[in-house]
Amino acid sequence: MLEIKNLQASIDGKQILNGINLSVGPGEIHAIMGPNGSGKSTLSNVLAGREEYVVTGGEVCYNGENLLELPAEDRARRGIFLAFQYPVEIPGVSNTYFLKTALNEKRKFNGQEEMDAADFLALVKQKMKVVDIDKSLLSRPINEGFSGGEKKKNEIFQMAVLEPSLAILDETDSGLDIDALRVVANGVNSLHNNENSFLVITHYQRLLDYIVPDFVHVLSKGKIVKTGGKELALELEEKGYDWLT
Amino acid sequence: MSEETKKIEAVTSQEYKYGFVTDIESDTIPPGLNEDVVRLISAKKKEPEFLLEWRLKAFRHWQKMEEPHWAHLNYEPIDYQTSSYYSAPKETKKLNSLDEVDPELLRTYEKLGIPLSEQERLAGVAVDAVFDSVSVATTFKDKLSELGIIFCSFSEAVQNHPDLIKKYLGSVVPPGDNFFAALNSAVFSDGSFVYIPKGVHCPMELSTYFRINAAETGQFERTLIVADEDSTVSYLEGCTAPQRDENQLHAAVVELVSHKGANLKYSTVQNWYPGDKDGKGGIYNFVTKRGIAHENAKISWTQVETGSAITWKYPGVILKGDNSVGEFYSVALTNNHQQADTGTKMIHLGKNTKSTIVSKGISAGKSNNSYRGLVKIGKNAENARNFSQCDSLLIGDTCGAHTFPYIDVHNTTAKLEHEATTSKIGEDQIFYLNQRGISTEDAVSMIVNGYCKTVFRELPMEFAVEAQNLLSLSLEGSVG
Repeated sequence: MLEIKNLQASIDGKQILNGINLSVGPGEIHAIMGPNGSGKSTLSNVLAGREEYVVTGGEVCYNGENLLELPAEDRARRGIFLAFQYPVEIPGVSNTYFLKTALNEKRKFNGQEEMDAADFLALVKQKMKVVDIDKSLLSRPINEGFSGGEKKKNEIFQMAVLEPSLAILDETDSGLDIDALRVVANGVNSLHNNENSFLVITHYQRLLDYIVPDFVHVLSKGKIVKTGGKELALELEEKGYDWLT
Repeated sequence: MSEETKKIEAVTSQEYKYGFVTDIESDTIPPGLNEDVVRLISAKKKEPEFLLEWRLKAFRHWQKMEEPHWAHLNYEPIDYQTSSYYSAPKETKKLNSLDEVDPELLRTYEKLGIPLSEQERLAGVAVDAVFDSVSVATTFKDKLSELGIIFCSFSEAVQNHPDLIKKYLGSVVPPGDNFFAALNSAVFSDGSFVYIPKGVHCPMELSTYFRINAAETGQFERTLIVADEDSTVSYLEGCTAPQRDENQLHAAVVELVSHKGANLKYSTVQNWYPGDKDGKGGIYNFVTKRGIAHENAKISWTQVETGSAITWKYPGVILKGDNSVGEFYSVALTNNHQQADTGTKMIHLGKNTKSTIVSKGISAGKSNNSYRGLVKIGKNAENARNFSQCDSLLIGDTCGAHTFPYIDVHNTTAKLEHEATTSKIGEDQIFYLNQRGISTEDAVSMIVNGYCKTVFRELPMEFAVEAQNLLSLSLEGSVG
């Protein structure tokens, strides 16, 4: 479903990705690990379509389409979801209103009828259980005054409602205590099925105790330097990244 | 130019959707202004002698005054002799029902989304429509009169309720108050008049739509609202104009009187033609709005300003009575080459008076947006309180936001709070929404609407939706 070939990208004239090759099939969970500055966040931003990141070479094919030609909103409507490392606050815009708009954009794109307020609320009620999110957060403005953990939960909650086919989790575990980590991981696991795929970007192995990847890739200096199964994560935990770079 | 700026430039250029001209025969007097013109206007309106004298006094005063230039506005000098000071749809015979109104005129209002028909009853909004200078129809007059409420055009009020006009006209904004108020006092053509009797709660929103149609015409309306003791009323005005290359002058005066224990709410959705993308044409909007609040009375101004090439407007409240309350909630959006210098004046005279100011300025394109506000605490205003919050939001990097707060305190028991912020719509906020499938244009509109929420909450329900749509429309082309 996702085919990345020799992807190169830069930001502010600085080359970050130096030829990434990665193939993600339906239902697969891929973990991308690597030291700080290895290009993990750049990769997620490039895939999501953030314009400050300039693709300088290579290609990305998503369900047969050239992903790089599409603006960010069109990628999202096609089912690509990025759980942000640092979710922004948007004062005055309620979470629910925002999420309903987002869902309906996707539905319109897929030729489905827009969901009305009553159906949407029913859906929200059902999805709230997935991440154990507090009801009061939903009527509050997007992420405003949320704690770090609440922001991350909100990302997973949005993911649950939007049901992406490819979800990219950009260091969703950073700054979470063990309980929040478990909630986030449970959310991901309950959404996972044999059609949707996950790209889990993380710095630490501990998230992978809960979300079990099919593949682990180690990113260093903008390239994948090693690929393995879930046991690679444990090896990295023990040895660090130095032996690979 | 950064990516963001390019995006932003592309969302803020939008066609003005009310820019059509209605083809209707008008009775327009030749351009120019002198005492004879003032007499002619008064004669055309068959006004009583006292009003003609009042106008002439104002005119003579105006001649000695100079156009003020202290505002943060830049425009070519206005030639007051090139405008016509009276234009009316030709059919001037008395209209008994809407069926007699020129259908072309009714179609105009339909295009503007203002059904004058009785269907409006369902919406619970009584509408008075002012086309160029004359009021054409007032809906629900009968229903309101059962409660003793007077809601009619200013001209009708002059004929039918001269005592009230004589008593209140100029009592809040004296004819010589300022240059534009003096001009208005001399040549005002029509407007709305509202009187709510003692203890009456007006059961519906009262609304006036102003429309400038004729070319090279100034519009000078006069609105006077009197809420007698313990009454309540909520009033809304909306404004549009055709798209024309030359600038048109609009100098209105609004006077509000809120008697003991009364509650008066005045909301404006101003969408005069703002000029084109290059700053050509557009309405020059120089407006004086002021209310006086007596003991335990309240006056609340809410304004959503998205139109006009130039906006010069400071709706204020004189808190004369003890325990009176004044409020000002404002959203002012400027785009392309628009300039706005707007804010409020809260004059605390009575004891325990309280005022709240919430101003949200949004600048896009090459526009300039200034907040200018005065909070004055008189020496007898024991325990007066004011809270001011002035926020500016910048879209792109070619616009300007300015804040000019004036505070003048003569009583040491006063408590004043002032908060001010300036922010930019962040690229990360736009990207966040993009990533959820929302286009950049919708994202900007969503962020801006969120930013204005505290003000929109103050608008009557049905107009809050209108205001949100208007804001989105006015932002079209500012990002893309």
